[in-house]
Amino acid sequence: MQGEKKALYAVDDQGHYTKTTTKGWEAEEIVLAQVIGDFEEKAREAATRVSNNETSPIEYFMYKNWLDPLTLAQAMGLYRWQVKRHFKPGVFKKLDGRVLSEYARIFRVSVDALMNFHGED
Amino acid sequence: MAELKPLEHRQYAHCESGVVTALLKCHGLDLSEPMVFGITGGLTFAYIPFIKMTNMPVISYRMLPGSIIKGAEKNLPIKFKTMKYREKERALNELIDLVDSGEIVGLQTSVYWLPYFPPEMRFQFNAHNLIVYGREGEEFLVSDPVFEHTVRIRAEDLQNARFARGTMAPKGFMYYPLMVNSSIDLPQVIRKSIKRTVHMMLYAPVPFIGVKGIHYMARKIERLKTHEELKYVRLFLGHIVRMQEEIGTGGGGFRFMYAAFLQEAGKILKSPQLEEASQMMTEAGDMWRRFALACAKACKSRTADFDVREISQLVQKCADQEKRVYSFLKTSLLQ
Repeated sequence: MQGEKKALYAVDDQGHYTKTTTKGWEAEEIVLAQVIGDFEEKAREAATRVSNNETSPIEYFMYKNWLDPLTLAQAMGLYRWQVKRHFKPGVFKKLDGRVLSEYARIFRVSVDALMNFHGED
Repeated sequence: MAELKPLEHRQYAHCESGVVTALLKCHGLDLSEPMVFGITGGLTFAYIPFIKMTNMPVISYRMLPGSIIKGAEKNLPIKFKTMKYREKERALNELIDLVDSGEIVGLQTSVYWLPYFPPEMRFQFNAHNLIVYGREGEEFLVSDPVFEHTVRIRAEDLQNARFARGTMAPKGFMYYPLMVNSSIDLPQVIRKSIKRTVHMMLYAPVPFIGVKGIHYMARKIERLKTHEELKYVRLFLGHIVRMQEEIGTGGGGFRFMYAAFLQEAGKILKSPQLEEASQMMTEAGDMWRRFALACAKACKSRTADFDVREISQLVQKCADQEKRVYSFLKTSLLQ
């Protein structure tokens, strides 16, 4: 993880446990890369669908921030069906300012950036 | 307020045991992190099929978030002040008042909102613990137990992190020791806590907790062989490994930390059996790592050239080894 070291407990030559640091190991890196790769792929697909007017920018930013519909709904204090409804471009265009700015806060972007995303990933 | 020792930032393997260890040190009770993890009963195994995290079952190698704080109160002569909030403003003001008066406090936060985390780690995980030990203007001084160095965070970011919604939402949870009695009967506490952990791991009344839970997961993995979507199989295996190996577990799903606890306990109780149990637990940790590596290989391979039955057998071996450890602990503690 970007050269960050983390602590763990391991036995030394004499069999005594000591606290040491590690940069992580292969298995960890592989599974982290896997899950991020999965989200990035979904984000790319969503971007294409945004440009075809098949989904709203909310779906794209959701995957871009490694969220899924349920987690996003919980973070927004909404039901999953409501979030999925907001994926519809027609519904998205009519969303009120409060809901939009809450989405923007969670996606850590401006409301403008959220509204004016047209699918160029 | 009792006179506090200044906070000495140290890096710990796990956030909650790290925060509790550091807070107790400030209050004059000097225990190691594995000792805190062990005597608060931090170890477990749980595979909860009906609670989902990003569409995957919850798999946990340690007790629920918050249980180390509760376990510390239950098993040690100490008392925590704990608070949850509805109003964000009040939570912030009370934090400012406490910190300005010199208190050192623990907070539950969401990693998603902590800017000092590497971007690739910032998932919506709501049960990360950290310490606030001071304030400079708009910034709080933070000792995050899983980081090498202290960090700073703006009030706005900290507010977002404390009031993230969703599974295990922190609701502004803040805690600090009120009363710490440092004269404790450690051998007695150690024995009791090991017994409790052994009992839970061997005799949990539900099939998805303890050694039974490990077998349960092994069966779930074996059943993947009939799953059509290879991508799902890989993501599922990757999910297990992340729960087991990611930051905050100390690797091997907390088994190495528990082995370190057993070794220290063996020294305190002058028990060669506990030392032996520690070695057995280290072997269990190594087995968990072999399983993780096999999963990672399966995740990486472009073809379906892996056998979920073989991977499932690796988990069964972990279950058998853990059963040996707990049974051995049970008999040696009865002496």
